Amino acid sequence: MSVWQAFIELLKRDLRLAMRRRAEIANPLLFFVMVIVLFPLGVGAEPNLLERMSAGVVWVAALLAALLTLDSIFRSDFEDGTLEQLLLSAQPLSVMVLAKVVAHWLVTGLPLLLVAPLLAMLLGMKPAAMGTLMLSLLLGTPVLSLIGAIGVALTVGLRRAGVILSLLVLPLYVPVLIFGAAAVDAAASGLPVAGQLYILAAFLAMALSLAPVAAASALRISLS
Amino acid sequence: MNSFMKWFHKWGSPPWFYRVSGKMLPWLTGLFVITLVYGLYAGLVLAPADYQQGDSFRIIYVHVPAAWMGMFIYMVMAAAALVHLVWRMKMADVVLISSAPIGAAFAFIALVTGSLWGKPMWGTWWTWDARLTSELLLLFIYLGIIALHSAVEDRQSAGRATAVLTLVGVVNIPIIHYSVVWWNTLHQGTTVMRLDGPAMAPEMLWPLLSMAIAFKLYYVIVMMLSARGEILARETKSRWVRELVGGE
Repeated sequence: MSVWQAFIELLKRDLRLAMRRRAEIANPLLFFVMVIVLFPLGVGAEPNLLERMSAGVVWVAALLAALLTLDSIFRSDFEDGTLEQLLLSAQPLSVMVLAKVVAHWLVTGLPLLLVAPLLAMLLGMKPAAMGTLMLSLLLGTPVLSLIGAIGVALTVGLRRAGVILSLLVLPLYVPVLIFGAAAVDAAASGLPVAGQLYILAAFLAMALSLAPVAAASALRISLS
Repeated sequence: MNSFMKWFHKWGSPPWFYRVSGKMLPWLTGLFVITLVYGLYAGLVLAPADYQQGDSFRIIYVHVPAAWMGMFIYMVMAAAALVHLVWRMKMADVVLISSAPIGAAFAFIALVTGSLWGKPMWGTWWTWDARLTSELLLLFIYLGIIALHSAVEDRQSAGRATAVLTLVGVVNIPIIHYSVVWWNTLHQGTTVMRLDGPAMAPEMLWPLLSMAIAFKLYYVIVMMLSARGEILARETKSRWVRELVGGE
C-alpha cells in the first residue's frame, strides 16, 4: 500500500467512525453556540458593544470548541489499541497523524465554519466582514487542530488529560487568535485584510509541515 | 573522539556532574555574592536618581535581569531538550526539569516588578503592553511544561515528553512574541511612556550588568543544587550513590 493510499484509507475510516456517532459531531457545535449566546447575556445586549466584540467572541468560542474536541483525535484509538498498530505499521507515522488530524478537522472544524456566520449575525457583525470571518476560520481552525494534535499526543496516556491539555495548547493558540480576530476586525472597518490572511496561511503551511512530525514523535513517547 | 566531544560526554555522566558541581558551587556562590552586593549597592545607593523617573527607576536592577533570565533559561531548556532527544543524555533531562521552575519564577518576578513599577509610572498595575503580554504567555508555557512533567508518571517518558513540548514552545515563542507586538500596535497606540530616554549613563549601566551576571550565577547555583538532588533521587540504587552516603 502506498503512503497516499494509506492516508486515504485512514481518513475514510476515521470519517466513517465519526458518522456512526453523530452526537459527538453535534455536541461541540452546541457548545460553540452556547458560549456565543453567553456573551450578550454577560456583557449586555448593547448593539454597538456586541458589534465591536463580535470578531473576538466568535474566534474565542471557536478556539474553546476546538479545544474541547481535541481529545477525540487520539483518545479512542489509544484505548482500543489502534494507535499501537499505527505505530507498528510500515507507513510513516507523521502522515498517519496528518490523516487523523484532517479527519478531525473535517468533523469538528468545518461545521464550526458553517455555523459561524449565523452566530456572527446574532452578534451584529457587519455583513462585509462575514466573508473574511469564514476565510480566517478556514485558514485558522486547521492550525488549531494541528497544534492541538501535538498536545493530545503528549497527554494521551494520562488519566486526567483535559486540564493539562488546555494548559499546554492555549498559549500556542494565541497567534492564530490574534490574526484571525484582527482580520475580521479589519474587514469590519473596511481595511484591507490580505496581510492578516497571508500570515494565517503562513501559520497553516508551517503547522502542516511541522506539527505532524512533532505529534508523531510525541505519540512514540506516550506509547513507549 | 575529539576532546570537545569527550568533555561534552563527561557532562552527561551523573557521578561526574555531581562531583564537579560540588567543587564548583562554593566558587559560584562567592562570585554570586560579590556581583550581587556590588550590583545592589551601586544600583540602589551610588547610582544617581533618574531625572525623569526619580528613584523608581531603580527597580530595573531587579526587573530587567529577571526578564532577561526568563528568556535565557528557556533557551537553555530548549538546548537541553534537543540534547536529550538527540543523544539521549540523562543529564540534559535533569537540567531541563530543574530549570523550568526557576525560569517560571523569574518570569513571575519580571511581571510583578514590572507591575510595581507600572503603578507609579503608568498609573496602572497592568497594561496590555506587548512585552508584558508576551512575558505572561511565556510564564504560561513554563507552567504548562511543569504541569506536563508532573502529570506523566513514568520518569523517562515524562522527560522526553517535556523535551518535545519545550521544542514546540521554542518554535512558537518568537511567533507569539511578534504576534503580540503586532496586535498591540493594532489595538492601541503606544500610550505608555517608553524607556527610550537618553542612553544609559555608565554609573547606572554597570550595576545593571553586575546584577545580570548575579542573576545568571544564581540560576546556575540553584539549578545545580536542584539537579544534584534529582540525580541522587534517580540513582539511589547505583553504587556511587551508596558509597557517597556511606551505605553498605
